[in-house]
Amino acid sequence: MKNPNRKPVTLQAVLKQLLCIFLSVIVLAPLYLVLINSFKTKSEAARMNLNFPTQWVFTNYPDVFKKAKLLTGLGNSLLYSFASTTAGVLLCAMAAYVLSRKRTKLNNFIYYFFICGLFFPVNYITLVRVFQWMGLTNTSLGIILVFTSAMIPFCVFTIYSFVETIPKELDEAAVIDGATPTRMFFTVILPLLKPTLITCFVLQFMGVWNDFLTPLYLSSKSKLHPMTMSVYQFFGKEGSNWNYVFADIVLTVIPVIIVYSIGQRYIIGGVTAGAVKG
Amino acid sequence: MNKKKVYPQWFLILPLVLYIVFFLFPSLLGVFYSFTDWGRATPKNGLHFVGLKNYIDIFTSNKNYSAGILNTLKFTVVSNIVKIIPALFLAIILFEGIRGMGAYRTVFYLPSIIPFVIIGIIFTSVLNFKNGMLNGALEAIGLGALKQKWLSDLNVVWKSIYMVDAWRGIGYVMTIFMTGLSTIDKSYYEAAKVDGANFWQRLWHVTLPMMRGAIMINLVFGVTYGLKVFDIVYVLTNGGPGHATEVMTTYSFQLYGAGSYGLATAFNAILLLITMVAGILIVRGMSRKGAA
Repeated sequence: MKNPNRKPVTLQAVLKQLLCIFLSVIVLAPLYLVLINSFKTKSEAARMNLNFPTQWVFTNYPDVFKKAKLLTGLGNSLLYSFASTTAGVLLCAMAAYVLSRKRTKLNNFIYYFFICGLFFPVNYITLVRVFQWMGLTNTSLGIILVFTSAMIPFCVFTIYSFVETIPKELDEAAVIDGATPTRMFFTVILPLLKPTLITCFVLQFMGVWNDFLTPLYLSSKSKLHPMTMSVYQFFGKEGSNWNYVFADIVLTVIPVIIVYSIGQRYIIGGVTAGAVKG
Repeated sequence: MNKKKVYPQWFLILPLVLYIVFFLFPSLLGVFYSFTDWGRATPKNGLHFVGLKNYIDIFTSNKNYSAGILNTLKFTVVSNIVKIIPALFLAIILFEGIRGMGAYRTVFYLPSIIPFVIIGIIFTSVLNFKNGMLNGALEAIGLGALKQKWLSDLNVVWKSIYMVDAWRGIGYVMTIFMTGLSTIDKSYYEAAKVDGANFWQRLWHVTLPMMRGAIMINLVFGVTYGLKVFDIVYVLTNGGPGHATEVMTTYSFQLYGAGSYGLATAFNAILLLITMVAGILIVRGMSRKGAA
């Protein structure tokens, strides 16, 4: 029997390890459940346990690929995520730069005007109406513009505080050298903003990828559905075929995990580095 | 140096236009429509002002809409408590140094990159009464008595939602806390230890005050997330059993589907008001921190 008073560090370390292992199991078990059951037959997957399949069914994957219209979903998710995030991050970098550098009364107002969007909920019902007026109903362009607009508050907020860390002298020196302000922004400032731009890009990319509500309201045509929508509809249709549902989930999650592993170091630490230190 | 020339004001035009057209304007338009009978029949019957009728309906109808508002507020408070407090201790445990810290951090963060819709579907399986993994695990370790109808028992269903939400969110909150912890100067802790401060005293007098930024960020993200919650409730319970787990956004979506747009936007307008109040309170808290 260990005496906790004499060896507090060791016992504590053991307890901490046990706790962390226990929690890891809780986190990983449902994910393992999905993976292992995606290789089972329908009747075996319906039992939803963690056992190995008695018979490995690899054809679940090609089956699901055809049944669930995964390619359409994948294509749409990629389009929405890339287009809206690229546009959003670039536009917000431009806006945040001017707002941070030129602090007139008007610009301070515009900054806070953007920031209050952090709290606002999007009103999708009237957005449907706005879409009708603008002829954007059931178009990918409309959906992309909504995603881009919705990320403006967060991106402006994050990039704004980063711009402050770049010395102002750079701007003026470059302009005196004869570059136009616009060119100077794109060739000098934008590369310096890279760390925060990547953080914003990765976070917003995953946000758009995971979003469900926007396509739920704004795309009534299944050819516009991103992966979240197609997986949900597939679940509604094939809910009793858990082997298919699980295989569909695996295929849907893989792209997010790829983006996450590439961008991981920019997310962790980058999420809020500026604000947390402030 | 002429500032006008160096910092082109036109950089702001496109973001402003997008933000106003697709974000702010629809919200304000929603407030306008919430005073009308806007609905599926409007193209035929025309649009009429009905004053506060939609709001009165929400608070007095027998459909129990006001419970949806209370549920949203309850979810916001409870889901944040069950995530923030464990996440704080977890962050401290990992940060104080533990073998495999990087791996644990990655594992704990993992659920928060998975779409809510998918987490909802996964836990529909895990929480299944007959075959679900949770009941199976309870039985296997001799705790079969604790088995529950996780998603259909009125007394348990909210706990299930909090549980799933925490499963997804704790790692994310923890990561933000760890970023906050990494900015604290170690010498504060050494000084506190020399003074003989115990763990709780160090937590209260050093860690928490020095982490105000991280706490604030977690509150902002957590509160705005909680007030707008939709996906996880929609997929896990779709507001059921009965209407026990309806929140404002699920009611709004249902009413939209039923063609009662005016009533649905009234819900959104109330949500807008609540988020604005929460936002003002939090921003005030932030600026007070700046002054201190």
